Amino acid sequence: MLNLIWLFLILTGLIAAAFNGRIDLVTETCFSAANEGVQVCLDLIGLMTLWLGMLEIARQAGLVRLLSRLLQPLTRLLFPEVPPNHPALGAILMNISANILGLGNAATPFGLKAMEELQKLNPRPDTATDAMCTFLAANTSCITLVPATIVGARVAAGSANPTEIVGPTVIATGFSMLLVLFVDYCWRNFLRARCGRKGR
Amino acid sequence: MIEQILNEVSRWAIPFLFFLFLLVGWLRRIPVYEAFIQGAAEGFQIAVRIIPYLVAMFVAIKVFRASGAMDLFVQLFSPVLGVIGFPPDVLPLAVMRPLSGSSALGLAIELIQNHGPDSFIGRLASVMQGTTDTTFFVLTVYFGAVGIKRYRHAVHLGLLADLTGLFLSLFICHLMFS
Repeated sequence: MLNLIWLFLILTGLIAAAFNGRIDLVTETCFSAANEGVQVCLDLIGLMTLWLGMLEIARQAGLVRLLSRLLQPLTRLLFPEVPPNHPALGAILMNISANILGLGNAATPFGLKAMEELQKLNPRPDTATDAMCTFLAANTSCITLVPATIVGARVAAGSANPTEIVGPTVIATGFSMLLVLFVDYCWRNFLRARCGRKGR
Repeated sequence: MIEQILNEVSRWAIPFLFFLFLLVGWLRRIPVYEAFIQGAAEGFQIAVRIIPYLVAMFVAIKVFRASGAMDLFVQLFSPVLGVIGFPPDVLPLAVMRPLSGSSALGLAIELIQNHGPDSFIGRLASVMQGTTDTTFFVLTVYFGAVGIKRYRHAVHLGLLADLTGLFLSLFICHLMFS
């Protein structure tokens, strides 16, 4: 799927550039985009280092365990194959909390940490597990309570009521999160039922 | 009122978390400095591991945009979307949003500035920006960091989330603002 999308983006881009007489622009764009990719990663190094350091303090102090214990009913439903006290759950919960609060900068380090912990439970290292799919579904559909950046942009543009879009955003993200998690739950159980029958 | 509280929450969240972590760590007699260093040491490797995925994604997205392919795409689809009340000006944002966060934010700010933050387009762009996520960015970076090559149903779920968010934003904005 991602192969196709990647191929589609580049091929249509190259063809369109040829027809629009923008071939030189393509070369230039490729190089600057490659640089930009590395730049984003460099910016991430500092953040990752800071947040993983903080997370380790929280873990040793028992705060992460407390959070996972509080939300255990939920995580058991969504991540049945992850053991209750596994560090992956702590990182997942921190990532989702950061997403809910609109703290994108803090969310990525926790998310990458969560993936690393989930990978330790993965019997086939090149294939995504159910838990990873559920986690990414929750992550991308996550309910947003504070769309801080866009409210900032509206203030800058002189809006009469910059925060009026918060309500619609909360409703839309809340609904799409529920829907996606529900679909994932059904799909996961459908797959498991089918595998079970094959096994017998 | 509620919105103000939420904004305050996001302003205070990070300082509060730092304070909480350090305070509890200190009360529990954790060697906080050593713990920080121990955790932070992993940061560099994880960040560096995602470089190839980021570069691959960025190059594809920027070529798609700079070549004019995206404009073509928008021209092709805007008549269809007009039928359901989707303003064509917002389509580039909808296409860009799952691919690249910074490009999408740029487009959203452009729309808000040019059409006015309190116009229908300005509001729709704002809600859409907050509702959908950079699905492909998240998938490539998160899976890339641990070397997963087969994404299974994660892609479909992510796209479902984006499409739901997209159409819900449109629906709610029509309901509330027009």
